Amino acid sequence: MSKLLSPNAGPASLPRRIMQQGRYETITMLRNGEQLILAVVLPLMALVGLAVTPLLDGLGGSRVDVATPGILALCAMSTAFTGQGIATGFDRRYGVLRFLSTTPLGRGGLIAGKILAVLVVLLLQVLVVGAVAGLLGWQPRLEAWLPGLGLLVLGAAAFTALGLLVAGTVRPEATLAITNLLWILLGALGGIVVPADRLPTLLQGLVHFLPSGALGQALRDAFLWGSVPVPAVLVLLLWTVLAGAAAIRWFKWN
Amino acid sequence: MASLDGKMLRVVSGLSLVAERGQVTALLGANGAGKTTTLECAQGLQKRTGGNISLLGADPDTAGADLRSRVGVMLQDGGLPPSARPLPLLRHVAGMYRKPMNVDALVERLGINQFSRTSVRRLSGGQKQRLALAAALVGNPEILFLDEPSAGLDPQSRQMVFDLIAELRDAGMGIVLTTHLMDDAERLADYVYIIDGGHNVVEGTVAELLRHDHAEDCTITDRTLYFDAPGGLNFAGVLGAGLQLTETRSGSYSITGAITPKDLASLTAWWAERNIMPASLRLEARSLEDVFLDISGRDLR
Repeated sequence: MSKLLSPNAGPASLPRRIMQQGRYETITMLRNGEQLILAVVLPLMALVGLAVTPLLDGLGGSRVDVATPGILALCAMSTAFTGQGIATGFDRRYGVLRFLSTTPLGRGGLIAGKILAVLVVLLLQVLVVGAVAGLLGWQPRLEAWLPGLGLLVLGAAAFTALGLLVAGTVRPEATLAITNLLWILLGALGGIVVPADRLPTLLQGLVHFLPSGALGQALRDAFLWGSVPVPAVLVLLLWTVLAGAAAIRWFKWN
Repeated sequence: MASLDGKMLRVVSGLSLVAERGQVTALLGANGAGKTTTLECAQGLQKRTGGNISLLGADPDTAGADLRSRVGVMLQDGGLPPSARPLPLLRHVAGMYRKPMNVDALVERLGINQFSRTSVRRLSGGQKQRLALAAALVGNPEILFLDEPSAGLDPQSRQMVFDLIAELRDAGMGIVLTTHLMDDAERLADYVYIIDGGHNVVEGTVAELLRHDHAEDCTITDRTLYFDAPGGLNFAGVLGAGLQLTETRSGSYSITGAITPKDLASLTAWWAERNIMPASLRLEARSLEDVFLDISGRDLR
């Protein structure tokens, strides 16, 4: 036993703890089959669907050029909102959040690890979707990648905050239902893959204020025209701040 | 004792207790007595509304990673993700510490190597308990909190866990555990707090508690003699004063009180005269369970 127990030497460094948690969460997300369907399979099906149908014709670019930025936005919503929301909801149910917050990781490190995992999975999604879109003839502007990736990170922040807000306030079964339902609704009608002016008139005004509509439009503007629409960025920032503050205020750890 | 400011833990909500290094301190109480709440306040998992807690000299509510690395926690519900596998999970938790335990040695010591690749959701209750204990230990803590450590353990794993706890205590670790099993406390604890209704009712070493008469209005059961014999026997005049005989059901007798060797001799002589051979005979000393029931009452709560 004495060889088992040795003097306590303190915690690993903060970056190391966050890296450790981020890696663990990433592997957990990638090993989850349902999560992979939502994160990769459905977005790719939507991409192919939009590339072979005339839904997005006449928007100033080839079908795949208009479709791909929206699909990337959809990927951010899958991973940050639905995926991380459900995972966190069930971690909360099983006491995993409470246990990990008693280790040196702590609550802050836990959240940081989750954000890191979202970013890593999102990067993998961008690589896969980008490769498939490339095969379908996607020609993104080279200079659009920097603002484009920045916008994806901002969108992921807004959706992570929203996902954690849901996960931390309702039962995990409800989190599962809410985040999946919203994924479908926002995916179809939230201006994320289908631009606002192709949606029913009734929705057009509304979607600009949704995180889905703002992220979809911002990414399309960036990759199609090389511009970054300020109002959409402000909408995303606002959602991030509001949902983040609400999550901090109302998140229940047990 | 290494410095814990003389006290590691003092919880006040009608409750005041101290746990020392190199000792096992047990919080004993019925369901809902406030054991887990007390523990969670001390771990910083629940914000307390008043009172003071000193954990290794610091306030757990504002604890940083340094303090958390010195404190190991095993939660009542385990806190283990169902999809995780024991070995990768332990390695993950170990990664949070600068110099964790040797995971392979820990896994072997607790018998976790027998199920190290089985997902948590497929483990038995006792296997989960051992894994949760390993996760609490892997950082070489100075203080270990165990909430109901023996729940769900079969006799072999219970012995394994108890031996380990005793060794950790002897190596100088301060261990605080909750239990509603008197036997756990009797076997493990150096110091016991009996908690009822959110405050501590009585405290002391196991030996002190067993000697102590805690209330006048309750039955003190120093010793109990149980035996099975033909029903409806009349023992009038056989037993010494102050001994109480009850026939719990026909033929099942118990005698409680300060039974002396003389009482036993006269009882067995009385049997011999009548050629009565009891089917069973068992003498029990006052147990911590009796103390506990005397104090917290025998009603279900």
